[in-house]
Amino acid sequence: MAMTSLALPDAMRRPCPPLRLGLIALLVIAAALSLGTGAAGVSLPQVLGQWLTGEEISTRDRVVLLDIRLPRLAMGLMVGAALAVAGAVMQGLFRNPLADPGIIGVGAGAGLGAVAMIVLSGFLPATIAAFFGTWLVPVAAFGGAWTATLLLYRVASRGGQVSIATLLLAGIALAALAGALTGILTYLADDAQLRDLTFWGMGSLAGASDMKLLVGGLLIGPALLLTPRLARGLNALALGEATAAHMGHDIERLKHRAVIGVAALAGAAVAMAGGIGFVGIVVPHLLRFAGGPDHKTLLVDAALLGAALLVLADLIARLVVAPAELPIGIVTAILGAPVFLWILIRRQGLGGV
Amino acid sequence: MKRFALIAAILTAGPALAEPARVISLGGAVTEIVVALGAEDRLVARDTTSQYPERITELPDVGYVRALSAEGVLALDPDLILAEATAGPPEAVETLKAAGVDFVALPGDPSVQGVREKIAVVGTALDREEAAERLTASFDAEMDAVRKSAGAVATPKRVLFVLSLQNGRVMAGDDGSSAEAIIELAGGVNAATGFAGYKPVTDEAILAADPDVILTMDREGEMAVTKRDILAHPALGQTRAARGGALVAMDGMLLLGFGPRTPQAAQALHAALYPEAED
Repeated sequence: MAMTSLALPDAMRRPCPPLRLGLIALLVIAAALSLGTGAAGVSLPQVLGQWLTGEEISTRDRVVLLDIRLPRLAMGLMVGAALAVAGAVMQGLFRNPLADPGIIGVGAGAGLGAVAMIVLSGFLPATIAAFFGTWLVPVAAFGGAWTATLLLYRVASRGGQVSIATLLLAGIALAALAGALTGILTYLADDAQLRDLTFWGMGSLAGASDMKLLVGGLLIGPALLLTPRLARGLNALALGEATAAHMGHDIERLKHRAVIGVAALAGAAVAMAGGIGFVGIVVPHLLRFAGGPDHKTLLVDAALLGAALLVLADLIARLVVAPAELPIGIVTAILGAPVFLWILIRRQGLGGV
Repeated sequence: MKRFALIAAILTAGPALAEPARVISLGGAVTEIVVALGAEDRLVARDTTSQYPERITELPDVGYVRALSAEGVLALDPDLILAEATAGPPEAVETLKAAGVDFVALPGDPSVQGVREKIAVVGTALDREEAAERLTASFDAEMDAVRKSAGAVATPKRVLFVLSLQNGRVMAGDDGSSAEAIIELAGGVNAATGFAGYKPVTDEAILAADPDVILTMDREGEMAVTKRDILAHPALGQTRAARGGALVAMDGMLLLGFGPRTPQAAQALHAALYPEAED
């Protein structure tokens, strides 16, 4: 029974369509490039060869592959998939192609949580600080994301019904409030903290650790597996709330699940990797462009493309200024913003002008 | 088990590794100390803030000291990393240690004692204790000379350090900032007080502080604070400093770096603050 309710989307039972195959191929290539390329010049074939022939692999090569590139790859896959799927769900829920998880306060809340921790962690009792260690900021970011989401949901719910319009407006108000509080903390921050919070805002996959991946995976994994179940509801919702309800969809339950799913996905992604923009907006757009608006395929494809693109963006971030590295949010914005503009122009039918 | 084996290997190999051959220095003052100890030939890379001596900038730049790339640093095969206290992120530092790189974090206090400690730690790490003692001795002697001139000042001048002047907003160096520390070493007093670090200051507070001297960094481009900017500023332009033309611009790394050149910085600032005391 659990199996049927967890059934894979229809699209995955049918033979793989070309788009899906292409995305899987892209993902595999991105993953191989990510593992095989980097400043340290450790190549995958060489290490695999050594491993197969039983030759000893140097500590440095092992650390580079297993402690640096592999966790980064895993985090890139997770965060990219989470951001893209969260964006696709939000756009479906709001029936607005500009929606991203930021609208329900995930970004603002996470930002406030992270900045608060960067600036105020000095005031925490040493035992608590020691217990969380490098986790302090991710945990606070996730806490902030969830607090903001739940608060908004409370505000937008009345008598068991959630008003999408109120959710949107309250989201704007809450983002402004969180922005102001972040501003106060920024003002209080010292020189070094200012730099830390600037870098947090630009995102990075550099902090990948086994524990972070485990906890992030426990949040993102189930949420990714469950979101395809929203596909039918989101498809119906595209026709309007009333129509969807007439078609027999429990719209309130759909909204509830969509918001929880997005908060888990985007909250965990932001907590792990900081501020990474444009993946959530651009990936669903590209896919609607290439494969149509059906959420049954869109949600799965978004996970694949989001993961592949973020891994490639990280590769660029690691290589362009090696031995230093760029914050990944800069790369996603530089690549994502022009693509987004291009899509908008095409949508307007101005492509030939 | 593997970790124990690794530690054991490092411990037993200790004497052989006495002189680390490939060193990465993170932080302007740290790099200056390495150079001053005569270990420049062992440096294989440096961070963005290491700009002195200028030839050091030809070495690969591993990026900003708080946002290091573990793989980028490992790519240079270092066996010793000397880093100022703020080096990070912590995950990158952990990874570097796991890869068997010696990572030495230095004390970061912007004070004379802080510089002496830095010199001692770098000297030990590079196995250049004697050179470190000589450097400390000459540093102390230079500092004594500066203290003598600074101590002879009858009425200390009140100095406002302007870090930046973006959109007309003055960022000043306040309590506990390295700017305050160097101003005091040079025999002045910080005119901006009230909060810690570098902070935006209101125009009225600047008028109230009415500094005798305005101190800036002589950098170029957008971040530069020019004489014209200061004179045109509604508050800064009205201060005693601006009216008397007492505007001092100095090299930022020299001024605020708190490394072996700090006595020179203090002496230069002292001379700029009290030109009338020149013989």
